[in-house]
Amino acid sequence: MDALATYALRLGDDSLILGQRLGEWCGHAPALEVDLSLTNVALDQVGQATHFLGLAGAIENAGRDADALAFRRDVMDFTNCLLVEQPNGDFAQTIARQFLFSHYQALLFEQMARVKDERFAAIAAKALKEVSYHATLASDWVVRLGDGTEESKARMVAGLDWMWRFADELFVMDDVDAAAIAAGAGVDKSALRAEWDARIDAVLADATLARPASRRPVLGGRAGHHSEHLGHLLSDMQFLQRAYPDATW
Amino acid sequence: MYTTDLSGKDKNAAVAGVAEDPALIAAFEARVAADEFIEPKDWMPEAYRKTLVRQMSQHAHSEIVGMLPEGNWITRAPNLRRKAILLAKVQDEAGHGLYLYSAAETLGTSRDEMTEALLSGKAKYSTIFNYPTLTWADIGAIGWLVDGAAIMNQVPLQRTSYGPYARAMVRICKEESFHQRQGYEIMMHLAAGTDAQKRMAQDALNRWWWPSLMMFGPPDDKSPNTEQSMRWRIKRDTNDELRQKFVDITVPQAEAIGLTVPDAALKWNEERGAYDFGEVDWEEFYAVVKGEGPVAKERMQARQKAWDEGAWVREAARVHAEKRAAAKLAAE
Repeated sequence: MDALATYALRLGDDSLILGQRLGEWCGHAPALEVDLSLTNVALDQVGQATHFLGLAGAIENAGRDADALAFRRDVMDFTNCLLVEQPNGDFAQTIARQFLFSHYQALLFEQMARVKDERFAAIAAKALKEVSYHATLASDWVVRLGDGTEESKARMVAGLDWMWRFADELFVMDDVDAAAIAAGAGVDKSALRAEWDARIDAVLADATLARPASRRPVLGGRAGHHSEHLGHLLSDMQFLQRAYPDATW
Repeated sequence: MYTTDLSGKDKNAAVAGVAEDPALIAAFEARVAADEFIEPKDWMPEAYRKTLVRQMSQHAHSEIVGMLPEGNWITRAPNLRRKAILLAKVQDEAGHGLYLYSAAETLGTSRDEMTEALLSGKAKYSTIFNYPTLTWADIGAIGWLVDGAAIMNQVPLQRTSYGPYARAMVRICKEESFHQRQGYEIMMHLAAGTDAQKRMAQDALNRWWWPSLMMFGPPDDKSPNTEQSMRWRIKRDTNDELRQKFVDITVPQAEAIGLTVPDAALKWNEERGAYDFGEVDWEEFYAVVKGEGPVAKERMQARQKAWDEGAWVREAARVHAEKRAAAKLAAE
């Protein structure tokens, strides 16, 4: 797979894995309204994954469509960031993941909606509306939980603490990013960091929460080196396609 | 996001044991007989209110518990399209639950009270959701048969006498009819697929057929609430009438995709212009109503767990809203 296809693949994998995680909540959320909103976010992410993985397959031009990419690759070929594959944990941990990721996605798609390559720009423009809502939803919950009860605050702090080590990976640039920028499709993610920090800090302040201390980042997702959690997620997600390789659905 | 707490309010105009004004009752009965809608602020007999709360909350609970068997396959849906459709469908069910709880709240019972009645076992939900989803074909069978049966039950409710319930049903029916079609489409695809897929589809039909027929409730001669509910226009067709209609519509659909309905007594009756079909196992039905369905314990455990583990979140939202309201007040 060339750099541009890989670039689309990374975007698709981020959305796919997050959508898969959020889907686990369906029917089990703390309130009916929360169930609806988490499922809504899951649905948006699955939709984005379908577009980006479809684009990756089209650029690759080797006969793999979005489903082949989603359901017929093993862990080391997945290129999502480590943040999105983290387990749901309690509701605060899920919100912490969503909060960090959605603000990143919103900033990314704001820029990508303006790139020269119309295929990437079109998907980003559509997704931007969705992820802006996700960022607002997650921020609202960070504030409610942070500035709620003693228990909710402690849980929100723990959730952020779990996820914080995976935040730096979102902004790491490599050859694939450079090639995508050169091709008129990519975004300089390192340039998004300052604004991301500002947005995160503003919400944390409103939530009466301290920013978690900096720590050594955990990296590797873009190169297929994942956490232990991803293999289990895939074995669940890919079960039918693996068990019945000759069937269509 | 949290609805008004109605539990502390004076919810019953008539106190149990106090006779209701015969003139009010007569006026009410006349309005219902004339197919007028009864609205939340209108006077209504206490028994009508209670019957509605029972039926509407049972309906809402069914939507919510019904998310579990289908939710069981969201993470394993076989492709991206099916995953998105299933997510959207289960989300629709949650939405139905929400409208129905809201409509029921207009009768003076809060959503929390209804939820607690479900968790304590006092309130019932549809028996169908106490059966497990074992293969992907079960997702097709639920859409096709269970939502199909639900539509039969619900279409007449669009003209039910209580206004908020009738209006909720209009929207719900539109979505259910989409659900039914997507379920049938899954089955159609499986039935035309590999041998393993065909086997899955037939097995799902075998397991879901009889429980689907049970969804219409006990036979008319054993349905204690039917007569009163028909008179109040809460219900518009009898259980047996709806069951027959379901069989007549569904059998040709099974035949069209090469699946066999698991009933040796099933036979077209030329004279009646309808199918004759075998006896439902009512002993099983009553056992499932009592909470002895194969996965009844799992369903209630899942709802209880979500409720208990979500308590701190609901509490945080409440406390936060109070803090913000107090801060706003102080700033004014």
